[in-house]
Amino acid sequence: MTVEVSLPYDKEYITQFSQGMQEPEWMKNLRLSALEKSESLPLPKPDKTNIQGWNFTDFSHNVEGDKIESLDSLPAEIQDFLDKEKDQHNLVIQRNHTVAYGTIDQKLKDQGVIFTDMATALREHGDLVEKYYMNDAVHMDEHRLTALHAALMNGGVFLYVPKNVQIEEPIQAIFWQEDPKASLINHILVVAEENSSVTYVENYISNNKEEQTSANIVTEVIAKDGAKVSFGAVDNFEAGTTVYTNRRGVAYRDAVIEWALGQMNEGNTVSENITHLIGDNSHSNAKTVAIGRGSQKQNFTANITHFGKGSDGYILQHGVMKDKASAIFNGIGKIEHGASKSNAEQESRVLMLSKDARGDANPILLIDEDDVTAGHAASVGRVDPIQLYYLMSRGISKFEAERLIIHGFLAPVVKQLPVEAVKRQLTQVIERKVY
Amino acid sequence: MAGSTLEIKDLHVEIEGQEILKGVNLTINGGEFHAVMGPNGTGKSTLASAVMGHPKYEVTKGEILLDGENVLEMEVDERAQAGLFLAMQYPSEISGVTNSDFLRSAINAHREEGDEISLMKFIKEMDSKMDTLDMDKNMAQRYLNEGFSGGEKKRNEILQLMMIQPAIAILDEIDSGLDIDALKVVSKGINEMRNDDFGCLIITHYQRLLNYITPDHVHVMMQGRVVKSGGPELAQRLEEEGYEWIKEELGIEDETVGQKA
Repeated sequence: MTVEVSLPYDKEYITQFSQGMQEPEWMKNLRLSALEKSESLPLPKPDKTNIQGWNFTDFSHNVEGDKIESLDSLPAEIQDFLDKEKDQHNLVIQRNHTVAYGTIDQKLKDQGVIFTDMATALREHGDLVEKYYMNDAVHMDEHRLTALHAALMNGGVFLYVPKNVQIEEPIQAIFWQEDPKASLINHILVVAEENSSVTYVENYISNNKEEQTSANIVTEVIAKDGAKVSFGAVDNFEAGTTVYTNRRGVAYRDAVIEWALGQMNEGNTVSENITHLIGDNSHSNAKTVAIGRGSQKQNFTANITHFGKGSDGYILQHGVMKDKASAIFNGIGKIEHGASKSNAEQESRVLMLSKDARGDANPILLIDEDDVTAGHAASVGRVDPIQLYYLMSRGISKFEAERLIIHGFLAPVVKQLPVEAVKRQLTQVIERKVY
Repeated sequence: MAGSTLEIKDLHVEIEGQEILKGVNLTINGGEFHAVMGPNGTGKSTLASAVMGHPKYEVTKGEILLDGENVLEMEVDERAQAGLFLAMQYPSEISGVTNSDFLRSAINAHREEGDEISLMKFIKEMDSKMDTLDMDKNMAQRYLNEGFSGGEKKRNEILQLMMIQPAIAILDEIDSGLDIDALKVVSKGINEMRNDDFGCLIITHYQRLLNYITPDHVHVMMQGRVVKSGGPELAQRLEEEGYEWIKEELGIEDETVGQKA
């Protein structure tokens, strides 16, 4: 089978699309040069997973979604993500490729905070976006998928937090692929200026069990000196969506980036989560939980690379595998020469619930500096019979005991998600997928 | 007669093909406190684990009956629901599951569906039992046994005992690793359980626990059997004279069953 499926979108289409969106000139040029690159660049090669035959090119690129007049008119499955008891002031809901709902607290607006969909951001804050868009974190020409992303980006949000602004309430985005063929080629750009702080949480949801499409998501988080960004996500694309997701952070001096990712897709998924600790004493905590079921194939890479002195990185990956699913968990702690007094820790654990499932935990430490500390732990195995025995000895049934152990195993991310409704929703997704 | 009766008859148990228990006989009635003593490696903990149904222990001969019901045919959770409880020597650590969520699941597992304990009542009971055991309140929200010190784990076992209120409890070396203050606190909790309906089997190789919890019956295990039984005075004599005199009396040279405790 030939894998050279040509892209159904050409130069002319992209020019028109960009002009139609009233994008700045630089964006149109970036798209066009990315399109050209995408023809020659190879696909990425995630360790131990062959993605050559995966669908990254067959999808609908521009599908409108209806406006949402009020949150009450949303279907229940979307309402589940909202904390209804609280007024949510900072919320964007994207439906297919249209922003259906968007609101931000006036007080934050007055402080200079920007939280809006990417198309609006490009129109209204083009210069600011240009400064960060695929510059510091992800580059357009890394491989075919980043190039395709740059050429065809059709959604996402821009979150900008000015210097010294601390945002208490979480900022939430919901990306709803309502049309089964619509491809979310979302770009999420979070910029936290010096000594600012923000908590952002996003949800991806679709319902295309049969129809095939593809999502190509690039996220860039820039944390300037002393800034703190907490980034939470629950990905829950249905089986028909092949997903490439690349979440990358850059932390400058004394900056903190925390990731809590619930990666609950039903289809084939390649997920990269890389954080560059550029500045001295920068810090990152990257947590991922994932469940594989059916015959899906997934590849998760979490990488923290230390450049700054005294930088601190902690990776946690917990996966539960059932049926015939397979998943590779690569945890990479990399300490560059000069990053003395740094610390790289990682933990990758896979719980196997069926004998036909496959799970690999690959902890990797790459250290090019003497004066550092590092550690890793990895395990692949079944639910511990001694833990089961202990719980059952208190009268808890085997089923319930296993349930407790599995939820506990996935708790590190659930616990860290900022919005109660999103926590609850992730717990429900876990429940549904495991049982 | 009040309470339940646990009967252990001619119990033989193997672990990984090696026979550890070689015919144990013991009966515990509601209202009675029994102590099983003996040096390390004589099969005391194996007895406790076999009664509860630890997956590594295989019963090859004999019977365990609870009020006449065959315990050996029950799954571990069924044994607990029937009224058995084991305070373990090495409780498991379970990450991500809070102590209080676990305890509530355990209590509700002992109750009928639709008759679950109310959250208010549960918190009130747990708070008062934690006070008795001199436990820090934040232990309720910590993950089950994770990062607990040895002493905290033991207290947590007794907290579960007090919350679940079983008919028959086995306490496996609940005193090991406890300093004297902690020992007093734990003993206080166990003594609070004492009533006509509650039977208890205390496994220890130190007599000192029995200074705080007075047993009605004392048994000595050697070579995988109960070799001597008596009243509280037997524990006193063991404290004063050690185990050598029993070995001499019975002509035992090596009291162990060839395994480490």
